[in-house]
This record gives sequence, C-alpha cells and structure tokens, in this order.
Amino acid sequence: MPVVQLLLLPWAADYEIKHIKLAVADHDHSEYARQLIQKITASGYFNLTTYTASYQDALLEVEKDQADLVLEIPRGFEKDLISESKAQLFMAINAINGVKANLGGAYLRSIIQDYNSTVRTEWIQSPRFSPEVHINVVPTTWYNPLMNYKYFMVPGIIVLLITMVGSNLTAINIVKEKEIGTIEQINVTPIKKYHFILGKLIPFWVIGLLVLSIGLFIAWIFYGIVPAGSFITIYVFGAVYLLAVLGLGLLLSTVSSTQQQAMLFSFFLMMIMILLGGLYTSIDSMPAWAQWITKFNPITYFIDVMRMVVLKGSSLFDIRLQLLKIFGFAVVFNGWAILNYKKRS
Amino acid sequence: MLAVSVNHIRKSYGKKQPIVALDDISFDVGKGELFGLIGPDGAGKTTLFRILTTLLLADSGSAQVDGFDVQKDYKAIRSRVGYMPGRFSLYPDLTVEENLSFFATIFNTTIKENYDLIHDIYVQIEPFKDRRAGKLSGGMKQKLALSCALIHRPSVLFLDEPTTGVDALSRKEFWEMLRKLNEQGISILVSTPYMDEADLCDRVALVQHGSILSIDTPQQIVNGFSYPMKAVKSPNMLQLMKNLQRESFVKDVYPFGEYHHVVLQDAPAIAALQNFVDDHKEEQVQWRDAEPSIEDCFIALMKNT
Repeated sequence: MPVVQLLLLPWAADYEIKHIKLAVADHDHSEYARQLIQKITASGYFNLTTYTASYQDALLEVEKDQADLVLEIPRGFEKDLISESKAQLFMAINAINGVKANLGGAYLRSIIQDYNSTVRTEWIQSPRFSPEVHINVVPTTWYNPLMNYKYFMVPGIIVLLITMVGSNLTAINIVKEKEIGTIEQINVTPIKKYHFILGKLIPFWVIGLLVLSIGLFIAWIFYGIVPAGSFITIYVFGAVYLLAVLGLGLLLSTVSSTQQQAMLFSFFLMMIMILLGGLYTSIDSMPAWAQWITKFNPITYFIDVMRMVVLKGSSLFDIRLQLLKIFGFAVVFNGWAILNYKKRS
Repeated sequence: MLAVSVNHIRKSYGKKQPIVALDDISFDVGKGELFGLIGPDGAGKTTLFRILTTLLLADSGSAQVDGFDVQKDYKAIRSRVGYMPGRFSLYPDLTVEENLSFFATIFNTTIKENYDLIHDIYVQIEPFKDRRAGKLSGGMKQKLALSCALIHRPSVLFLDEPTTGVDALSRKEFWEMLRKLNEQGISILVSTPYMDEADLCDRVALVQHGSILSIDTPQQIVNGFSYPMKAVKSPNMLQLMKNLQRESFVKDVYPFGEYHHVVLQDAPAIAALQNFVDDHKEEQVQWRDAEPSIEDCFIALMKNT
C-alpha cells in the first residue's frame, strides 16, 4: 500500500501548471500581435483553445470552462507600440482554481515582459549610455537546479508514509487487545507497564524502518533521487522520529476503547498534522498562529530534515536541533502512554 | 491464613444513577478450599473477581488474597494468583504451545518447571499444540486457558464462569480437573450460574443482586431448607400450576424439569395436598416425594428477600 502511494502521489502533487487553456481576443490582427501569440503558445504552458475577434466570445469560453485565461489585444496595438513606444494588453483570469490562476497569470506576464524586451532590442538602437537604469536579474536555483518538483515532494511523501504506518498500526494495537479481552489476562500478570509498552513499540519500530528503506529505494529506482547527504543521517533521525510517532499511536491507543475510536482519532490528527506539516504548502506563508502549531507537529521536522539531507546533503550536526526536538516528542509521547496505560480501572 | 478474605466490599457503576454491583459483601475462603460463587448473570460475580484479581478498585471495604491487600500489595497478588476470565482471553493467533510459553515467560518461569501441575490437563490438548488458539473448540480453549492460568503455580486460582458454554461432558471433566488441583493444595474460587455444580464445591455462596444470600457447605444449605416439598405433574401443567397457586397450604410452586415443585407451608399440608390430588382426579394429577436441591434453596432464598 505505501509503495503504491509513493508511486502515485508525487505525480499528482506537482505544482507546475501546464496546459493552461488560453483564449485570445485579438482586435488588432497585426504582425506584432501574431508574434506575441506565437511566443506564448511556444512556451509549452499554454494551449490556445480560442482565437476570436471579440472579448465577449472569449469570456463565454471562460464560462463554459473552455478557457482559463483571456488575453485581449486592443485595436491599434502595433501602431501604438511603434509610434508611442507603448501599448496596453488586457488579461482576464478564471480564478476558480486559485493556484492555476495565480501561476497562469504569472507565466503569461513574464512571457509578455520577455516579448517586450525582445521587441525593444529589435528596433531601439541602444545609445552608448543607457538612458534608463536597467537591472537584469539572473536567478540560479541551488540544491534543486532544475526546480524538479519530484525532488521536493518525494522525500516529504516518504515521511508521510512512515508516519501513517507507524501511528495507525500502534493506535489500533493495544485497543485490539482491549477488544478481544487479552489485555485482561495480561493485566493480572506481574508484567511491568513499560515492558508492555516496549513490547508494543519495538516490532512496529522495525516495520517503520523497513518502510523507510522501501521508500528510499523507490525514490531511487523510480525518481532517481539519491540523497545528497548520508543514509546514516536519515536513519538516525528516522529511528528517533519513529519512536515519537509510535509513542503518539500508543497514546491514542490507551485513551480509546474501540478500534474505530482509535482509527478516527488518528485519522483526524493525521489530517491536521499533514496539512500543517509543510509538505504541500510553505509554513512561512501560514498565519502566525498556524506556524506556532507547526512547532508541535513532528511531521514538520522530519519533512524539513528529509529535504535538507536529500537535497542539500546536511549532516547530523546541521540537523541537531530538529533531532533534539523529535527526541523530546518521543520521550513525552511514550512517557505519557506509559502513564496513561492503567492495569486496573 | 485465609486464601481470600473479603470485608464489606461495595462497588457501583455509573455516576448519575449508580447501579450497585456489590452491596456490602463479606466472606472468607480457607486455604485449600474449593469455593463456589453461585448466582445468575448480573449477580456481581465478575465484578468481585475483578476486584480480587486487582483489575478493579472497590468503592469501599477491603479484601486480602493470600494475606495481601488487593489495593496496596497488588503486585504481590499478581504474581501468585491465577485468573481465568469468563471470556476467552488468550492470543488467538498464537499456537497452543506459544500461548503457554508466552505466559510462562511473563511469570518468569518455564513450562518444564511446572509441567507436573498442568500435565493432566495439557496432555489432553497436546496433540493440538501447533494449532492456533483461536481455532480450538470451546472445551479445549478452556483447558488451554486453565493451563495458562496454572503455569506459574499460583496459590489461589480464580475461575470466572469456566463452564459457561461448554458441553456437559467437558463440564464434568473440568470439575474433575479442579478437584485434582484442589487436592494439590491450590485454593480455588470458582463462579458459575449452574446450580447443579454447587454440589461439587466444598462451600458455596449464593449471590443475588450483589449480596450474599447464604454461605455454607452445599449439604448444610440443603439441610437448611425447612419446608416439606413434593413434585407434582399432570397432563396440563399450566392449569395445575394455576390451581395450586390458589391453595392456601402451598407456599410456593414453580416448574422444575417435567414436574412442578410444590413447597408446602408445614407438615400437615401434605394431607391437604393429598386432598387436592383427590379433588382433581379428572386431571390425572400425580405426586411424589422430592429432595430439595441447591436450586430449590436458591429460589426460596430469592423469594424471601
């Protein structure tokens, strides 16, 4: 199951927007307008679905969900551009899908800007000293030069998988003993509480590390992702992290009395932890109170660490703070679970 | 020293409208005794067992098991009592042998060390030792559970309704096993809803609605039944019961197997019963002498309270 998730999810969780449906309302029909449209479609992000001479027609396409963006080229676009050295374009964006609208708009704007400078260099003779100050920004992207989303998502999804496996398995485990009554027999034995909890913890810890290994293997085979840092760093952190998640599962298990209750509880917590974990959305853009909650979310730290180690090659020393915090979580959750597990009612 | 000593134990469940499970229960079980708690479902037997095996805290009162207080010295109790809950509670996905060695390990012992104690019982399930516990029949499950409860050579054994849901032959075998264990010096406290099993105990306590109606040897309890009792039958049993209930010499009448048991007010009432039979000749009423059993005593005690 986790393997299938790892094979499917990264493809879906891709933020690059492609195949944006573009409608162009061209009132100018000039050479420059044609050049602009050609440049836009050549970028690969846009599919020109409608080309009309009326803005109304283009908007109708938006209503029918046949277009995400409308670009209106006004009459006299070429004339204005040549004679007055400036021209206006109008852009209408369908914002039902916020991400698509945002990115689509941004792509289009940057293409037009690019076109703008091409046109300029084409027919403006640059004087020896440029009359206007020109700042040219050339970005380089570190650690993930091609900005490949899979490099970014796969390590995070591996974290989700071992979290779900770890917490769900343990959450239903003690509860199952309650349901089938075996806990009754165990409770009259002289077994110590921490022995019992450890007995529950260790097998799932091993399973969790196994899932982590499978995850890293799949990342290598299918996505070609090889951690830039060392495997030891990942496993050391993973081992401590698993203790924390398993402890959380055991804690849920001690407070619930049926398996359904434990499953619902863990499902609810997972939802919050995943959405606040920084996998899909950047934590820095969350409101202050939500950022504060993420500090109590173990997933946040592991996703952070995974990305640091896999992409940047961070060492154990670089992640010492996260490691310490996760260790704290492990102690708190497991200690709480031991305290909460009562051998008599 | 007593095996079990219970003093004024009270326990109720729920806060708003508390349901009283145990109402001021006191009794003692001597060392080496086979003591039976007899009562219908909901009498409070399981609650009492859970308190004595340190799984539950009583609201008030105190109890000692093997000289240790159930509240303070619960750790000492846990290592010296054997408990067999009413519900099968071994691991269904472990085999017979795995279950046994698992519980032996928990109690810091081995199967070998105490094999002589469980030998007679274990030998019967040994052919199935590689079978998963969940796949055993009801009777075999009970034997395995008993073996697991005995593996650490407990001094007191608590058996909560061990024969419920077990066939008649297995029940008989089970009681024979209990008697053998008892002869080896293990004190046994057993609960059962079956009245006929009372005769197999050294002493019994009749429990109803969380109170003890009577504690004595089965023989003494039967001897305490002071009313004359007869068994009657006729082709129309329902009509017979209605007719008898109207008679003033009848103290109580209730169905008992193929007969009705008629409890009479006093010895002269026997003559009155004979008259009644003569008066109802056309209904073919027959009567015979009947020895009171524990069940008759229980019914009488229940109606008195």
